[in-house]
Amino acid sequence: MNRFAELLDRLAYEPGRNNKLRLLTGYFREVGDPDRGYALAALTGALSFKHAKPALIRDLIASRTDEVLFGLSYDYVGDLSETVALMWPKRGANNNESFPSHPSPPPSPAFAKASADKRGEGQSPELSTSWTSTNAEESVSQEERAPSPLVSAVARRAKADAGEGQGEGYSGRDASDTLHPPHHNNPPPPTLTEVVTTLRTLGKTELPKQLERWLDELDETGRWALLKLVTGALRIGISARLAKTAAAALGDKDPHEVELIWPGLSPPYLDLFAWLEGRADKPVNRDPAPFRPVMLAHAIEDADFAALDPADYIAEWKWDGIRVQAVAGRDEQGHITARLYSRTGEDITGSFPDLVPSLRLPGAIDGELLILREGRVQSFNVLQQRLNRKVVSPKLIKEFPIHLRAYDLLGDDENDLRELPFAERRERLESFIAKLGDPRIDLSPTVPFASWEALTAARADPASAGAGEDADAVEGVMLKRRDAPYLPGRPKGQWWKWKRDPHIIDAVLMYAQRGHGKRSSYYSDYTFGVWTAGETGDELVPVGKAYFGFTDEELLQIDRFVRRNTTEKFGPVRHVVHEGDKGLVLEVAFEGLQRSPRHKSGVAMRFPRISRLRWDKPPREADRLETLERMLKAEAAEVEA
Amino acid sequence: MRPQDILLPAAAGLCCKPGGFHIDPVRPVERAVITHGHSDHARAGHGAVLATQETLDMMRLRYGENFAGSTQVISYGEEIRLGDVKVTFHPAGHVLGSAQIAVTCKDTCIVASGDYKDAPDPTCTPFELVPCDVFITEATFGLPVFRHGDASDEVKKLLASVALFPERAHLVGAYSLGKAQRVIALLRQAGYDAPIYLHGAMEKITEYYQSRGIELGELRPAAGMKKAALAGTITLAPPSATSDIWTRRFPDPVTAFASGWMRVRARARQRGIELPLVISDHADWDGLTATIAATGAGEIWVTHGQEDALVHWCRSKGLKAQPLDLVGYGDEEESETPDADEAEA
Repeated sequence: MNRFAELLDRLAYEPGRNNKLRLLTGYFREVGDPDRGYALAALTGALSFKHAKPALIRDLIASRTDEVLFGLSYDYVGDLSETVALMWPKRGANNNESFPSHPSPPPSPAFAKASADKRGEGQSPELSTSWTSTNAEESVSQEERAPSPLVSAVARRAKADAGEGQGEGYSGRDASDTLHPPHHNNPPPPTLTEVVTTLRTLGKTELPKQLERWLDELDETGRWALLKLVTGALRIGISARLAKTAAAALGDKDPHEVELIWPGLSPPYLDLFAWLEGRADKPVNRDPAPFRPVMLAHAIEDADFAALDPADYIAEWKWDGIRVQAVAGRDEQGHITARLYSRTGEDITGSFPDLVPSLRLPGAIDGELLILREGRVQSFNVLQQRLNRKVVSPKLIKEFPIHLRAYDLLGDDENDLRELPFAERRERLESFIAKLGDPRIDLSPTVPFASWEALTAARADPASAGAGEDADAVEGVMLKRRDAPYLPGRPKGQWWKWKRDPHIIDAVLMYAQRGHGKRSSYYSDYTFGVWTAGETGDELVPVGKAYFGFTDEELLQIDRFVRRNTTEKFGPVRHVVHEGDKGLVLEVAFEGLQRSPRHKSGVAMRFPRISRLRWDKPPREADRLETLERMLKAEAAEVEA
Repeated sequence: MRPQDILLPAAAGLCCKPGGFHIDPVRPVERAVITHGHSDHARAGHGAVLATQETLDMMRLRYGENFAGSTQVISYGEEIRLGDVKVTFHPAGHVLGSAQIAVTCKDTCIVASGDYKDAPDPTCTPFELVPCDVFITEATFGLPVFRHGDASDEVKKLLASVALFPERAHLVGAYSLGKAQRVIALLRQAGYDAPIYLHGAMEKITEYYQSRGIELGELRPAAGMKKAALAGTITLAPPSATSDIWTRRFPDPVTAFASGWMRVRARARQRGIELPLVISDHADWDGLTATIAATGAGEIWVTHGQEDALVHWCRSKGLKAQPLDLVGYGDEEESETPDADEAEA
């Protein structure tokens, strides 16, 4: 458990993706079964047990520590699990009730009572008797006397250090479970396997005692990880996908291979690791409705068109919804199992129960989730209101009817179609959708075009090029090579996305924050604002934050500007000069606007990025909030319709 | 005699009226007795200064020859009479030359411990317990969440990271005086014998440590090195430098910080630290409480840091305790923020 905790600890601080992978793969290589399997399960969210409530953790710490000290500590640290992990007094070791290095004998209950009785009265005779004769002469001769217990405690620690540090030199491996020499008489700390398997079977009433034992056995980081794990708050910035990629790297396998067999695997993944280490065959996925890694498109640039022949491509509308994979298959009893996956392979079936009955035919559809009202596609803002809900109520289902718009077919009953060219898959898709005949699932139409000029015109005006009333939900066009097989990832030259031009405003840089990792010395996160009428004339109000869109050279320029024009510093944040005639205007591109009570301006942008630096423009000529509000009204009208 | 007749907080710092001096004064005074060389305790401009040889040398390094009207050296264990009081210096284990100051008047002994730690440190004399009637303790890490653990384990964490990322540079933020040299010495103890690189701001003080016979192995300035040549190396730098443009000369640096504050995640994250190393030159909670108890003092005065919690703890143990309102002390870090980023911009 301590080794797993150490991994989590390091991951929590590491911003770089490749470095996270290195840490994870290093862990999988070093730690054996079944611990690493349970670690993989914890990181991919595949563990299930009843979580402990924060109140239980509070009760545990209250039984061990002084209430005032806990209160002050919690105030300072700000996180319950972390506070408890750090201040947890081990029984018998750093117990709050005794002085580990005190020269006098361990305090008896009578002593504790006597000193408690004397609280506030001043000196406690019991404590000071040994030194009441203290005077200057004695102080001076201190060195000649026997070393004080405190000094010998120091010496003991020093000795322990020397024993650890000398002789073997630097081992070059990180094996922290052996770094902490086991305390004699103390049971060894639990393994991750022990923790996970015990939590699965433990009754509610036994949990507090068990947690207490583990807290006694683990070190600070181990206690922190344990508490995060049992309270279900293991958020350390690792996606399931990243953890699987790291596991795949253990056997030099493509992460897609792991993704393909994943739904058939379960913790602690002994068969997976055996295969990755070349000790066994690849596990077979027996899941009737598995996820297939998705194919993604490159953004097309103007210069790319010259090398492309329009005849090689089929165009479709790019819908502003959510990319999903809808899979149905028969289990061993012949019953249909249906699942809905996000593009990263996350199972999101639970959020869209209203779509499941429509997935009656065995097959795998690649398509877009949309909200349709009276046959008309709604904007992304509308769809967003159905997302991330804990409970999918009948009211929600009725008001936001879900719809699947299909554009590819990866499997038809038992047949894997991914090797077929797109044009052929498209034909199979058309007959599949026709056979299904379900009002909730339809075909994404193709956009006919003979030349790039014709497609440019269609993209500029989707309404008259076939999208009709759904044109507002079109965010551009997709180009797919007729002969392209369905390949996982983002293969070159197969699929292109050609997005509609974004919204653009001119905003003023207000605050800048240092980035992370490679950008940690650069001010690379920018908060920008637009003008609005305030009590004392026009003032800037923040409307968003962006941290990409600029080139490396532009980053250097902005960084220099920020450093030279800082008016105040708050930790990593700098307040940058922003007045009518002093400051930097940023051209900000974004995809959409939403009303947001969390922002002072009342609006939030979707996907904002810096598209240009307007060194030429004085801040007073930047845009006003009214401009954004007008755009918002246009979109809001749809949401409420 | 009442203790407050011997030592009393005043605007300039802790004042000893019967002795006619101040301890670690924050403003220029006629006679100053100084615990250690950190800039928040040792300031320039006093009439006369009494301190250990090392502390005086460090002040000279930092402020130049004329940092005080006159100076007087005192050794650990040596006794000096000042006015009506006797003063003795005892090792504080904080940094090289750091001392606790015992002030005795008639039969009352007060120990002003300055900053101290009871953990081992290969670069300075170990903390010595001085029995007394009143103990003045710091409270930098005066909360039970601060337990520093073994510094050598933290150094192993650093070395493990260097082994895992041989193509990256490791930048370790550490206070220039004391912490940097301790980290270097701990690296050597752990068997690391490659050259260690230094930020320019810590070269002089580190040379001084070496001149006092502290073995630090081969040290090189980071300045002038080719970026690629710094892959797989360890460089020590003042904490503020690890987030400024100075770091751009290093290949994909891993930013570490050696400090007791690194125990708390939020503190590490605020600074953008990737590898927090819990190595402190101050006593942790267990060290503070154990020391307070072991001095046998019946009265405890608590200064700079988390006074509330420590005062509460003392009182719950039946000790008389009060916070001592002294201003102007804090982390050396606060006073050590060279605007390097502006300078090099």
